[in-house]
Amino acid sequence: MVQIIDPLLIAALALNFVTLGTSRIRAAIHAVALQGILLGLLPLFIHPHIGLRGILLVLGTFVLKGFVVPAFLVHAMREVEIQHEVTPFINYISSLLLGALGTGMALVFAHTLPLADEHTGLLIVPASLSMVWTGFLMLTTRRKAIMQVLGYLLLENGIFLFGLLLLEAMPFLVEIGVLLDLFTLVFVMGIIIHHISREFSSMSTDHLSELKE
Amino acid sequence: MAYLLIVFPLSLAALAFACPSNRLRPWLLPLGALGYLGLAVTAIVQASAGAVIAGLDDWLLLDALGKVVLGFLGTLYFLCSLYAPGYLQLRSERSNRVFCTSLFTMLAMMTIVTLSHHLGLMWVAMEATTLSTGPLLYFNRTSRSLEATWKYLLIGSVGIALALLGSFFLAYSSLKSGLESTLLFDQLIRDAPRLSPPWLHAAFVLLFIGYGTKMGLAPMHTWKPDAYGEVPGLVGTLLAGGVTTCAFVAVLRVYQICRAGAEAEFAREVMIFMGLLSMAVAAVFMVRQRDFKRMLAYSSVEHMGILVLGVGIGGTAVYGALLHLINNGLTKGILFLSAGNIHRAYGSKVTDDVRGAIKRVPFSGVLFLIGFLAITGSPPFGPFVSEFTILNTAIRDGQFLVGGLFLLMLNVVFIGMGATVLAVVQGEPPEKQDAHAFKDRMSTGVPILLFLGLVLMLGLYIPPALEALLREAAAFLEVKG
Repeated sequence: MVQIIDPLLIAALALNFVTLGTSRIRAAIHAVALQGILLGLLPLFIHPHIGLRGILLVLGTFVLKGFVVPAFLVHAMREVEIQHEVTPFINYISSLLLGALGTGMALVFAHTLPLADEHTGLLIVPASLSMVWTGFLMLTTRRKAIMQVLGYLLLENGIFLFGLLLLEAMPFLVEIGVLLDLFTLVFVMGIIIHHISREFSSMSTDHLSELKE
Repeated sequence: MAYLLIVFPLSLAALAFACPSNRLRPWLLPLGALGYLGLAVTAIVQASAGAVIAGLDDWLLLDALGKVVLGFLGTLYFLCSLYAPGYLQLRSERSNRVFCTSLFTMLAMMTIVTLSHHLGLMWVAMEATTLSTGPLLYFNRTSRSLEATWKYLLIGSVGIALALLGSFFLAYSSLKSGLESTLLFDQLIRDAPRLSPPWLHAAFVLLFIGYGTKMGLAPMHTWKPDAYGEVPGLVGTLLAGGVTTCAFVAVLRVYQICRAGAEAEFAREVMIFMGLLSMAVAAVFMVRQRDFKRMLAYSSVEHMGILVLGVGIGGTAVYGALLHLINNGLTKGILFLSAGNIHRAYGSKVTDDVRGAIKRVPFSGVLFLIGFLAITGSPPFGPFVSEFTILNTAIRDGQFLVGGLFLLMLNVVFIGMGATVLAVVQGEPPEKQDAHAFKDRMSTGVPILLFLGLVLMLGLYIPPALEALLREAAAFLEVKG
């Protein structure tokens, strides 16, 4: 079972780059959704004797990360009639290079952190750090609100991945708290995006620059 | 009792949501806040008499630090709620259903953060605080308040996401050491010396940055001027006094774990450095600040810096920091509420348009000026005592550089803030003023006066009961392992 974890993680990491490299918002949403589904399946392989609680977690993650949140984002995208991120602050090639650099650094940094015996040799920690990094990149370099929300989702995915190491030790409340908050947050942000679009008739956060020194 | 403190505001939130009358609903706020204050005081008295106020298998526990913060939150919230009916009456054209509901939800969540002895639960409550304050920021429905809300939610949730990653790292540090993996606070302190140092190190950095973002420490403070600049004064007070205080509690919990472990000296240095950095950044941005509500936001950045600095210095300064927590929150009440009144009277919050506030709104103008003197540490007000305690400890412990920088920054802030405040209150008001403009009235004046009364009292006389609570909390924070 363990052999399948690393390929799954590599696929999830590849999706980081799809998200970073595309200007089409719909493609980015789908990439993040697929990544969520892959991560949602992981607990089944990491903890073979997972129990009912674990199964519920897998189901919850699967449905929320894979379907509910993406559907919500696609809906928001249709609502405001925006398909592309045209001019990010950093162009796509540089984004991809920075993403690759971050992933490399994540590998090096994860090496300096001592892992418990049962987790050594797995890609989980570097993959999670790399997702966090990619999330930050998206958050800081994209202009469109939806792309920033996607960056936030990547960040959350990375954190969720790390949390999987602690699944046996962590109480359910915390796990479900993560999912619920993720959901509500995107919900609230969705509403706000809606309002941004009504106020400015476009969804770019560029308009949000009235308040500064 | 612990459950009651949380369920009571939550049920009031439900009641506020169900209440059909826009005119009656705001009156729920002072009533509910009074009830909450009563509950909080009862809980503190019971806990001081030796009763254990706990719940959820000790995930919730009222400890020495919790007693101080709970009492403070109850008082702050009550005084703010007195201002609410008068304020919402002025805004009667707008539904206040979501506003009142969010205010009560926020109170419940702040209570959970205060009582929480489980880092995961604390995190969930902190996130919920962020979410419940979102609608409060957007109350004015303008594009500027929308921008402020967006930045607040995005930066706040990224901070909170980092805090979660930090919590995971912390849990992993005990897993790595072969200990039973836990996020229970008391157990973590007990285990702290045996936690895996690299993980603890990384966890502290992430948690400090995460909760520091919610506190508004520089350089993670960028949401603050926008948010505080656009919110109603009432919400500003609750953010600057309440939410940031809860984030500070979170930082303190993390700091305590690190102090008990191998990272004590590192954590202490980070606290001192970040404290001074926040003060310096605030001082720079306060000089020549034309927008007086943004100025208050930078003042909040400065005082959050003072809080972590005080804790970093250690010893008696921890007592000073806890006292300053109360003083700062209450003084912010004077400043934000009177600034809100002035803003309303002029329809502007930049010093180009606002002059002569003492003539146009004499009551708010004078209180704004007094609030400025109090917050910058002039005697005989409360902040003077707490800031002096911190400074005194730094000098006595031989930390001359830290003490000197602290004093220098306080002076720069005094001069910078003074220029803006004097520009607002002095001079001749601009000619044009329509007949329906806001005038001082009882409902929006008296609550500020009550804030002032408390700040003045804390400068002259600290009641023995409060003194005992503060000493107990400071001792609790200073205990090692």
